[in-house]
Amino acid sequence: MSLPTESMYREIILDHYKNPQHRGLPVEFDAEVHHVNPTCGDEVTLRVRVAPDGTIADLGWEGEGCSISQASTSVMSGLVTGKPVPDALALQERFLELMQSRGEAELTEADEDELEDAVAFEGVSKYPARVKCALLGWMAMKSAVAEAGQGDVDEAKETTR
Amino acid sequence: MTFDVEAVRKDFPILAREVHGVPLVYLDSANTSQKPQVVLDTLAEFYSRHNANVARAVHTLGSEATTLYEGARDKVAAFVNARRREEVIFTKNSSEALNLVAYAISNATTFPGAERFRIGPGDEVVVTEMEHHSNIVPWQLLCQRTGATFRWLPIDDEGRLVDSAIDEVITERTKVLAFVHQSNALGTINPVERLVAKAKSVGALTVVDASQSAPHLPLDVQALDADFVAFTGHKLYGPTGVGVLVGRYELLAELPPFLGGGEMIETVDMTGTTYAAPPHRFEAGTPMIAEAVGLGAAVDYLSALGMENVAAHERELVEYALPRLAAIDGVTIVGPSVPVSRGATIAFTLKGVHPHDVAQLLDEHGIAVRAGHHCARPVCVRFGIPATTRASFGIYTTTEEIDALVRGVEQVKEMFT
Repeated sequence: MSLPTESMYREIILDHYKNPQHRGLPVEFDAEVHHVNPTCGDEVTLRVRVAPDGTIADLGWEGEGCSISQASTSVMSGLVTGKPVPDALALQERFLELMQSRGEAELTEADEDELEDAVAFEGVSKYPARVKCALLGWMAMKSAVAEAGQGDVDEAKETTR
Repeated sequence: MTFDVEAVRKDFPILAREVHGVPLVYLDSANTSQKPQVVLDTLAEFYSRHNANVARAVHTLGSEATTLYEGARDKVAAFVNARRREEVIFTKNSSEALNLVAYAISNATTFPGAERFRIGPGDEVVVTEMEHHSNIVPWQLLCQRTGATFRWLPIDDEGRLVDSAIDEVITERTKVLAFVHQSNALGTINPVERLVAKAKSVGALTVVDASQSAPHLPLDVQALDADFVAFTGHKLYGPTGVGVLVGRYELLAELPPFLGGGEMIETVDMTGTTYAAPPHRFEAGTPMIAEAVGLGAAVDYLSALGMENVAAHERELVEYALPRLAAIDGVTIVGPSVPVSRGATIAFTLKGVHPHDVAQLLDEHGIAVRAGHHCARPVCVRFGIPATTRASFGIYTTTEEIDALVRGVEQVKEMFT
């Protein structure tokens, strides 16, 4: 099946679905969260360890569900691991904005440099029912770093709903 | 008479449209069916020529609207072989029809003369594990209100009722047995005769959800012999907003009202009210007049095709589709694997691919199927899966469309492996 040009599926998404990054739960961690997306029944359990200097030292996850949720979690893991927590949270904000754009985001080169593979999910923003799939792993990461003492726990919970 | 599917397709204008630049392949009729031109014309004709309220206006339009509305009742009564026209109650949909029965039963707790319907602690309400939520939740709520116990008949790995459980679960304590005629999630057609006979032998009321059988099989409520039969118009090639409850008249005549309001009364006094005879006792307020008239046109359309012919056409479709889908490596049919006592609704899983991905990718190629738990979540729980992809057929479905589905599923599989 060739993908129509307007397809929300991209080769990058399918690649991450087939070969997910950072899959597996690290033994040493500061926080563990479990998030569920009732739309597709997607689930992700995510662990994070934050280094003393405030960077995300390790992040791993287990999950099951649709390709969008699993691939997006994989992309997110690769992007934020090794980054200072504030940078990771800023990236999460950018991705959230992209997902809420209803297919009308105008991506700049700077966005593409920063979001890397995550820009492949742009097409998902046209399908409100699937936006939560793409956000699942990102919201889990936000909750996890908050629980690790690196963000606002209440705010993280709020945006997960 | 042979069934001319191409002629049928021409009666459905929506089937000529394109989706994502390709012809629509609509395989979601169990969710809602498309509407033939004659139904669309009937709705337009009603609003442009005859619109008025029913049963109260003395003017010409009021009289025409009433004649059309009550005429639709006659058509539906004939379509399902009701014992008399007064057994046909128009509701909003199947859910409201089922809720009507469940609420009327709990209203019997305090309603004079309705003692035979009273249930309470020690009594049991029995459903099946394959019910749509609309035939589970109203009964759970009834049990909550009355203290009765909610029980169910389990299903086996093929998605059929466990036969031995019928005699174990339905007992002298059973006061209501509510079950689906044809499952929306599995396609299974249940043994109505056996279930009704068992329920009768213990004195239980029987309620059949015929939402998924009325559009596909000749439905004869006298042959079913159940006390109440519910179905909806929008799956029966009619408009949304209208459903039907067919009830045994002698029961309806004693059943307390569900909703109170205009047109359901005999006389209203500030010190008390008496109620109209069925069916109007159960049709409070201005009903869905145009929709009921549209449903009348839909059943006329189906009767002209002949429900025996419709059933034969869909039997051919399921016989064609089942082996072809099952032959795809990685596809597992969820529901009966052979076309015996099963309708033309096929749910399946594709190994390694979430049903929402299957459905979304098929949609990108113009093929409309449903993915999810199909409002029958206990079925998915029973099979240990989060969801299924479901293709459901109707009078306008062709074998070419099934070929397109099979090709589409194969291509989805290739993409994900």
